[in-house]
Amino acid sequence: MRAMPGKTLYDKIWDAHVVDEQDGEAILYIDLHLIHEVTTPQAFAGLRANRRGVRRPDRTLAVADHNVPTEDQDLGVDAVQDEEARLQLQTLGKNVAEYGIEYFPMGDVRNGIVHVVGPEQGRTQPGMTIVCGDSHTSTHGAFGALAHGIGTSEVEHVLATQTLRQKKAKNFRVRIEGEPAPGVGAKDFALAVIGVIGTAGGTGYVIEYAGSAVRGLSMEGRMTLCNLTIEGGARAGLVAPDETTFDYLRGRPSAPKGGGWEMAVGYWKTLFSDDDAVFDREIVLDAAQIAPSVTWGTSPEDVIPVTGTVPAPDSFATPDKRASAARALDYMGLAAGQPITEAKVDVVFIGSCTNSRIEDMRAAAKVVEGRRVADGVRAMVVPGSGLVRAQAEEEGLDEVFKAAGFEWREPGCSMCLGMNPDRLTPGQRCASTSNRNFEGRQGRGGRTHLMSPAMAAAAAVTGHIVDVRELL
Amino acid sequence: MEAFTRLDAAAAPLPLANIDTDQIIPKQFLKTVERAGLAKGLFYEYRFDEQGREIPDFVLNQPAYKGAGVLIAGDNFGCGSSREHAPWALMDFGIRCVISTSFADIFYNNCFQNGLLPVVLKADEVRQLMDEARGGNHVVSVDLEAQTVTSPSGAVFRFEIDPKRKAKMLKGLDAIGETLEAAPAIDTYEMKRALSQPWLEGA
Repeated sequence: MRAMPGKTLYDKIWDAHVVDEQDGEAILYIDLHLIHEVTTPQAFAGLRANRRGVRRPDRTLAVADHNVPTEDQDLGVDAVQDEEARLQLQTLGKNVAEYGIEYFPMGDVRNGIVHVVGPEQGRTQPGMTIVCGDSHTSTHGAFGALAHGIGTSEVEHVLATQTLRQKKAKNFRVRIEGEPAPGVGAKDFALAVIGVIGTAGGTGYVIEYAGSAVRGLSMEGRMTLCNLTIEGGARAGLVAPDETTFDYLRGRPSAPKGGGWEMAVGYWKTLFSDDDAVFDREIVLDAAQIAPSVTWGTSPEDVIPVTGTVPAPDSFATPDKRASAARALDYMGLAAGQPITEAKVDVVFIGSCTNSRIEDMRAAAKVVEGRRVADGVRAMVVPGSGLVRAQAEEEGLDEVFKAAGFEWREPGCSMCLGMNPDRLTPGQRCASTSNRNFEGRQGRGGRTHLMSPAMAAAAAVTGHIVDVRELL
Repeated sequence: MEAFTRLDAAAAPLPLANIDTDQIIPKQFLKTVERAGLAKGLFYEYRFDEQGREIPDFVLNQPAYKGAGVLIAGDNFGCGSSREHAPWALMDFGIRCVISTSFADIFYNNCFQNGLLPVVLKADEVRQLMDEARGGNHVVSVDLEAQTVTSPSGAVFRFEIDPKRKAKMLKGLDAIGETLEAAPAIDTYEMKRALSQPWLEGA
């Protein structure tokens, strides 16, 4: 018998990055720091005020994504009408120039949503520690990298020291086994998991996704799954790297080359949870039982199968939850007991760091092809990066969307959080492939229903929430 | 960072679960390049209607709670976006302590970077504090050294906190300065890694 239990994937990556540890708090080395315009200006100002530099500009990559308008990007920051947003983007431009950080500005085909760009460039690699001042940094866990969001003070800390002070989290394994039904994918898995564990169910944990249904996902699907990990309260999600991962990375601009590639793959193949590793918590879901999922309320845990009905506030366990559910129904303009498919949509948004990659474009286009956007519905597609957009255009997907009446826009975070001009107006109902259905998230008074790209496309062409399987 | 030792202040009850950072500070206030001045955006859509008028029912708009220094909230406070603007806005508004049964991880971390004390109490203790804070006397005492919250009626609740975080908060210490003292260890780590994982260099 071994004296020591095996290690989880999280344990292995953690152990490989501890620079120093005292009283349970580690100084953890950070391999990749992704930055964007919104959560960095105060961090750079802090560096300057304290006469500190950026320790590893070569391990830092900047993009412009949160604020950018999704048209006329070839004009650069001049395309930004909002003065405050323009100043923030200009500030990022100055900061990266001063500290020598690589930057893909607006209009550069490599620019896009930070969590699309990192993987696409091959910057994101297995076994790395990756941070960004954005909670959806969990996305990069799809590669078997320990990746999570940080606040601006921590951004400053990483810029100055290339490390982060961290306490180790607990290990949580989510196994999804079996074969999903046609029309059911990573987004449905993720929403189903949050529906089971709740938005705080993962707090204090790092979640490793395993099981045959997870293995069967493409890298795009795994990114969607890991992206939504934060909505279940866990800062980071992980999928052990495998051939799917290596195939995705091979040949990308920043992926290892030549002999370095062979060495890297050799190391990456050691990144898995040992058979005898101990998890603090584990759940198992049957993929075959997961239906296309949608949210009805204002928290990602407010999730039901598309075949379901809106729940009654009385059905919740605690007074706070009952109050929140009642508030959510009122905000969403829905009644308890109503089939969710009765909800008519005004806007359809296909985009965000959750679902704006090429596979998402293809899944939506497949449903849209040969159909028209329903009368009175505004439908938009916002590809995750300039390169995704170019690839989709090469495949003719833009023509499919445009012929159906969709807007085909330029990349950015866009209506996921409405920092740019893409916003809902009060009372508008939106079928959205994004990650948060919070009150006001997509615009004050806007009503968000989260779902997969295929489901959002189906809502666009029927004018209401619908089970995409009826259209396949 | 501002030190936190002891606070005697009015406490405002906000009995909702899953209050996310989009509620605490909506997107339109994130375009600033400053840390200061975010109080105007705190709970903006709870405090103001679409015409920008105060919504009198909202707890922080009620005269009794206008100078509140403590917020008592439902489960999972601060979930969602990592925006540190959330603790900045709370601090700028005058709130130095949030009490809940649980906090989201990133928000919880962000609090300690800014001298905003997040206090986790048991569900029945939070409920009692909320009930008392709704009454005529809203003043609670938060003592970080002793790790206690004293309710308006004098009930004392003890809370747990990581000793390192507590020590830093009591002194208002800057984490970067402390980490930079470990610079030789970081140098050594980088040298070893450059040998064992050379593909990571020159990316």
